[in-house]
Amino acid sequence: MHLEDGTKPTAYRKYVAQKIGLIIGLFILLILFALFAVSVGSVSIPIPDVILTLLSGPGGTGLFDRVIWNIRIPQIITAIIAGAGLAVAGVAMQSVLKNPLASPYTLGLSNAAAFGAAVGILLFGLGTTGNNMADAISVENPYLVTICAFIFSMAASGIILIVAKIRSATPEVMVLAGVALNSLAVAGLAAIQYFVDETKVAAIVFWQFGDAARAGWTEIAIIGGIVLICFIYFIWKRWDFNAMDAGDETAKSLGVHVSRLRLTGMVAASLISAVVVSFLGVIGFVGLVCPHIMRRLIGDDQRYLIGGTAVCGALLLLVSDTVARTMISPHVLPVAIITSFLGAPIFLYLIVRGK
Amino acid sequence: MILRVNDVHFDYKSRKVLNGVELGVNQGEILAIMGPNGVGKSTLLKCMDMILKPTAGSVFVNDSDLAALSNQEIAQKIGYVSQRNDVSRTTVFDAVLLGRKPHIGLTISEKDYQIVDAALKRFELEDMQLRRIDEMSGGELQKVCICRAIAQEPSVLLLDEPTSSLDLHNQLEILKIIKNVTVGHNTATVLTMHDLNLALRFADKFVFMKDGIIHDACDANGITPEMIENIYGVKVHIEYFKGIPYIIPI
Repeated sequence: MHLEDGTKPTAYRKYVAQKIGLIIGLFILLILFALFAVSVGSVSIPIPDVILTLLSGPGGTGLFDRVIWNIRIPQIITAIIAGAGLAVAGVAMQSVLKNPLASPYTLGLSNAAAFGAAVGILLFGLGTTGNNMADAISVENPYLVTICAFIFSMAASGIILIVAKIRSATPEVMVLAGVALNSLAVAGLAAIQYFVDETKVAAIVFWQFGDAARAGWTEIAIIGGIVLICFIYFIWKRWDFNAMDAGDETAKSLGVHVSRLRLTGMVAASLISAVVVSFLGVIGFVGLVCPHIMRRLIGDDQRYLIGGTAVCGALLLLVSDTVARTMISPHVLPVAIITSFLGAPIFLYLIVRGK
Repeated sequence: MILRVNDVHFDYKSRKVLNGVELGVNQGEILAIMGPNGVGKSTLLKCMDMILKPTAGSVFVNDSDLAALSNQEIAQKIGYVSQRNDVSRTTVFDAVLLGRKPHIGLTISEKDYQIVDAALKRFELEDMQLRRIDEMSGGELQKVCICRAIAQEPSVLLLDEPTSSLDLHNQLEILKIIKNVTVGHNTATVLTMHDLNLALRFADKFVFMKDGIIHDACDANGITPEMIENIYGVKVHIEYFKGIPYIIPI
């Protein structure tokens, strides 16, 4: 069959250019907001000083240098990569599971990590956490608690994948397995909180409040590395995800190994969720609401949706983090509270507005 | 013969769905697979595209055994349109561009764009190329799905009940397009259908399935009332109008 007598589709190219323009616009907004975020907080720094300090690089000894390079930049970068990661994990899960409610939070991966952290706190005792609110509450070995959270979160996704493998990796099976595991993690968490003393309960509760201030440069490198690798994987498989959105049989007829894509896609999305939640705590709504916002703005085409959602997630978490740092300054709220306060009304608006 | 199906078996759990199916289709021909519900018509179509792996037997396209080819190589040879197509918030152009997936490398080439544009023109869809497919009617969506399969530039086109749930106007329009594409592009088309009279107007060859095997195979003029009664358990009378046979249940 030969169909090469077509012409260049100028109207379509213009339409694509609009989508790309929107993503670039959001990215510019993210950069500008990041500059603003560096300037605000308990110490207010004028924007020109922010730019000068950033251009001069780290290592300065002035107040602005120390505030910007030691406190704000790590927190802002954490918010950007964690937001992007959670949003991309959400969009991948929604596509893989063919379910608009799928996200790291609704599938139980976040609560499994919280349960794992609670087990870690129970087993390894208390010491010092980097939590904004709780310098008095501390964890003896925060890395072991993080490792526990990561293991439990990945174990939860592993169980979902094993159940899916047994039952031919259908989306329904994976969603139901996730819902069941979420209940189990919540019950386990409640049981631990019921039996331990109040200091440990406080530590467990504070751990659960997702907080971008917990990560230092090492954590940023780990989270950033995993988010980047998984992001590249999703971009590489963008056509396969588009084919799967058209139906499993259609995807197979277009050369996609559907069950393999479903499993590897879930592994990558789970890996992002587990690493972000393990280091930062539970951050809800970003993975759920950002894909829906971007689907409304640029449609379901994964070629643009994955990148657009990443930028949207980064922006939402950065805005939430900035609000959390400045709303009741000098006190700082955990960012997870703000994401839910911002995310829930946005989500309700999207539901009410329909298509 | 472009497509050859040799002694294909397929078991679903312990149930034998296909029990040694043999058929072949030439370039420029439409083969209609007919038979009652549940006899394995759709399963056979899926086995032809390796969407379901046959338990035994082989499928050849241009003398290549599909079992020895990768998923992508099969997708370059066979276009398939399912009975059920999920719709997402994408445009008609994007939905048809998806048909180029088996051919696209790292980036979309100018040739890919030109093929999609030409396919849209064949189906008279160019004016609605930026419309979202989730806002289209059933007939329009079916046209888009077949157009996507055509954009694959396949040697063989497999269509699972392409006219189900369409009104008469859309049924005729879709089948005319399929006929034009099959003849005009030297494709071999295999489709499953329930409407015998519609199939008689457009298909060149017919196979009737029962109990997982091909019970009868013939051209339009070879169909007899006994054959229909044997397959469907319904007595019929065959009338001819303008040289085309019409089956009328008695």
